Amino acid sequence: MFLINCPFCGERDQSEFSSGGEAHIVRPKQPTELSDDEWAEYLFMRKNIKGIQFERWNHTHGCRKWFNVVRDTSNDKILSVYKMGEKPPVNYK
Amino acid sequence: MPYYRIHKTEYIDETKRVSFKYDGKTYFGYEGDTLASALLANGVHLVGRSFKYHRPRGIVSCGAEEPNAICQIGSKKDLTEPNVRATELELYEGLEASSQNCWPNVKFDIGGINNFISPLIPAGFYYKTFMWPKSFWKKVYEPLIRLSAGLGKSPTEPDPDIYDHKHVHYDVLVIGGGISGIISAKMAAKNNLKTLLVDDKKILGGSTIYQNNESIKIDDKLSSEWLKNEIQEIKKLSNLTIKTRTSIAAYHGYNFLLAKENLTDHLPEEKKKNKIRQRLWKIRAKKVVIATGSIERPLVFNNNDRPGILLSNSINKYLDYYGVTCGENIILFTNNDSAYETSISLHKKGIKNLIVDLRKSASSELIKEAQSLGIKIYFNHVVTNTFGYRKINSLEIMKLSEDGNTTVGNIIKLSCDCLGMSGGWTPMVHMHTQSGGKLNFRDDDQVFLPKENSEDQISVGSCNGDFDLENIIDKTVNKINKFLDIDNQDYQDTNIICSKENDKRNIWLLPNKVPLGKTKCFIDFQNDSTAKDIKLALKEGFRSIEHVKRYTTTGMATDQGKLSNMHALGIIADTAGVKMGTLGTTTFRPPFTPLTFGTLVGRNVGKFFEVVRKTSMHEWHVENKAEFENVGQWKRPWYYAKNGENMHDAVQRESKAARDSAGILDASTLGKIDIQGTDASEFLNRVYTNAWSKLAIGKCRYGLMLNEDGMVYDDGVTTRISENHYLMTTTTGGAANVLSKLEDYLQTEWPELDVYLTSVTDHYSTASICGPNSKKILNKLFPNLDLSDENFPHMSFKEDNLENINCRIMRISFTGELSYEINIESKYGHSLWKMCIEAGKEFNLTPYGTETMHLLRAEKGFIIVGQDTDGTMTPSDLQMDWIVSKKKYDFIGKRSLYRSDTIREDRKQLVGLLTDDPKEILEEGAQIVSDIKSKPIDMLGHVTSSYFSPNLNKSIALAVVRSGKTMKGQKLIIPMENKNINVTVSDPIFLDKENKRINA
Ligand SMILES: [Zn+2]
Repeated sequence: MFLINCPFCGERDQSEFSSGGEAHIVRPKQPTELSDDEWAEYLFMRKNIKGIQFERWNHTHGCRKWFNVVRDTSNDKILSVYKMGEKPPVNYK
Repeated sequence: MPYYRIHKTEYIDETKRVSFKYDGKTYFGYEGDTLASALLANGVHLVGRSFKYHRPRGIVSCGAEEPNAICQIGSKKDLTEPNVRATELELYEGLEASSQNCWPNVKFDIGGINNFISPLIPAGFYYKTFMWPKSFWKKVYEPLIRLSAGLGKSPTEPDPDIYDHKHVHYDVLVIGGGISGIISAKMAAKNNLKTLLVDDKKILGGSTIYQNNESIKIDDKLSSEWLKNEIQEIKKLSNLTIKTRTSIAAYHGYNFLLAKENLTDHLPEEKKKNKIRQRLWKIRAKKVVIATGSIERPLVFNNNDRPGILLSNSINKYLDYYGVTCGENIILFTNNDSAYETSISLHKKGIKNLIVDLRKSASSELIKEAQSLGIKIYFNHVVTNTFGYRKINSLEIMKLSEDGNTTVGNIIKLSCDCLGMSGGWTPMVHMHTQSGGKLNFRDDDQVFLPKENSEDQISVGSCNGDFDLENIIDKTVNKINKFLDIDNQDYQDTNIICSKENDKRNIWLLPNKVPLGKTKCFIDFQNDSTAKDIKLALKEGFRSIEHVKRYTTTGMATDQGKLSNMHALGIIADTAGVKMGTLGTTTFRPPFTPLTFGTLVGRNVGKFFEVVRKTSMHEWHVENKAEFENVGQWKRPWYYAKNGENMHDAVQRESKAARDSAGILDASTLGKIDIQGTDASEFLNRVYTNAWSKLAIGKCRYGLMLNEDGMVYDDGVTTRISENHYLMTTTTGGAANVLSKLEDYLQTEWPELDVYLTSVTDHYSTASICGPNSKKILNKLFPNLDLSDENFPHMSFKEDNLENINCRIMRISFTGELSYEINIESKYGHSLWKMCIEAGKEFNLTPYGTETMHLLRAEKGFIIVGQDTDGTMTPSDLQMDWIVSKKKYDFIGKRSLYRSDTIREDRKQLVGLLTDDPKEILEEGAQIVSDIKSKPIDMLGHVTSSYFSPNLNKSIALAVVRSGKTMKGQKLIIPMENKNINVTVSDPIFLDKENKRINA
């Protein structure tokens, strides 16, 4: 069970959070101009990496804020947390 | 009855005699005993029958690894407990235990016949035999297997015991209170680290605490004496918490561990009452020290499973800790030095014993001591057979060949009444691997060891493969200093003297002059798998240890293979001709020892199982005979059973009254989200399918919300209260998810929007009054409010006071009737409701529940999200194209509405169904077909809502049907178990298509 360092509240138990899947998938600004395939790419396709993954988490039973997490899915280590709108840390790729 | 308690020890209080019953017979033991030690003191070895062959089985060990001595405690339907290990159960006055898996009794066991037909029950027997004929499975095989598969009985009534949960945080957690755990805990706590030390036994000290060999000394004291002093020391440390009778059940990531603390299992019945039985500790530790020790290995030879055959070190513990000898003429069969400690101990207490040692020769302090005491040692010998049905009475040994693959020479027959076996030691790496740690293999003594690769956890002592005392202490001290980044000097000058083992010889499957097929060399005692079974599995092509394990069921009993896994691996490696370390191990899964469900759920049982949400009007509903329906966590009135009506009659009455005169519904549970901000209108434009910018202040609008995939997600009416202020309603069940979804978009996709969301579901209570007389009732409640259609038309909003309390009134309708929803601050909800009822009396205002609400809306063809939709329905599928704005550039899900799949014309679409027989009511969920004769039958869809409408005097139903939109008037069939029901596809709106009643 993870300990997640909410950027607004500090370290809390995983049970307070819910996961929102892969981060940095931007909703297209002009969906109507996309082909079916391009829209499907946004809608369905996720990387599901074994290794370093950028994820969205929500502090559901806390401040209710969304934020980003860098997690190594192979050992579940959380390497970094940062707020929405902030640039992802560059030292992970 | 011979008495085997031969000397006093400080752990057994001989002034406190304890009586207990085992298999109906009364025995006596002492305070400090376990059930196992007390039975052994009474000469009872036979404690059960094996699972498959029903062979007599005796106590094997003295701890959690025990495969045989598992028993049923008590006989009460609510408190009886199966699969309790007698080796761990502390004795208490009045304890009643019985052996499991034997009928009619342990001494005469009918299932024992399996022993004689055992050549017919090889590995995979159940898989192979019971495959065919298929029809036999349910009626013959399964009942037969269930009857003979007797691993105890479950309680049949709810558990009355109290269980507790506790969350704790520590700098350091030390698992295991043996010598290395005690040293670790002391070092941590003395260096200002908040430390927790847990041990599953009653007292600390592990196996050192009863150690009394003169050749093993610390600072010139017996190691047990030295350790007792250390224990006294650590008890004084203020930042060390010690929890005994506490075992770690699971080690999860991020150093989150679950521990079970036993609080009353050792107490007599009357002292258990009203106390917490077990506490589940949820531990977060910055650092974890694993000091869980090791378990002695059995040896695999012919008939190695008779009662009276124990692990050698267990014989030592029964002797030196409990004062009990397991026999009077004992043979110890070993491949290592540790059995010599047992032998010397036995010798010093006057118990006759001799040693059979696999090794060609051996030299160490311990062996020299045994030799000097005149103990007979057969080096380079192997036990080839044992005899005695209910207890061992003799055995045969033979000399080993040079390579150890065969036996040579003559059989020597030796008599005995107990055999101790020691095949070396297996480090308990369970915790390490549960935490995600990997293992290394040490060829020298064939052990898997923790591969240290974590900053957060470390293994010390014998679970790390350090077996002699000097190694244990020195390495523990060094490792802990480094691990905790401290510089503790307490053990700098500790002087340790111990015997060092120099010689090793390991043979997983011991040779015999008889072929393997004719022997019974058990590997897993509880599940009865033998070396032969493993070899058969390999012969049949199984290679992976995980497959062999499942096929032979080795390691799959309640002891989870604590004694058997290594031997299974060893024999597989030998047979397959590969190195053991290359095979990997089976996965060590939590819990380490079985946990009862009570411990896991703690206090969250009965009325604490789930949060219950009640509206302000709840008490009124109760007083007026409401039956309740659970909607999410809410209790909603389902129907009101007036004068003992059944549900059908109540719903028919309520539904008719609502349309004939007036009905009232508690609508407080609908989700309410307060939306404010200068971009509120734009926000609604983006989340709903229809347009919101032009909604006038004081007006309401129905909205449909989609997922990004275009599927209907939620619906509800939103009211514009002022320029930048809206009140959104959601479905009862969807409230929390809708809020969270809207927050997600606001925070992550559209942070530029000035919008604030607040859940106000609990802040307002809502009474919804509908029916042709509703306006008259409203007029009585709000005499100053102009209710004319001109001033207060359908889909609009007014505020007025009721006895000086502000009310928000929406004229909106979910029934198709003229209808008002009155919202008031929740604390006035109950009063509002009563005033409505009072005002409505002269109009037969009838309270109705969710069932009538569902019926009334179905008459109008209004959908319920989650009942008529299931996450695969687009607005168009629901024949609701009218609500999707063509003009808006974008909204959530818009692009998906014209994907190739969503524009398919043969999607399932919402239709009405009318039964040919108007009295026939369809079953919700029933399948719909058109051709009953085709095979396989083509499924067209299913019924989503179905009712008998009292207002139309016929059965009506909503359904989703493939290409349903084009099928109006078409005949379809609903095949049921006993009949086929004929239906006709209709429009989903059954009543008042012209919407006249809304302004009645
Ligand atoms: Zn937070």
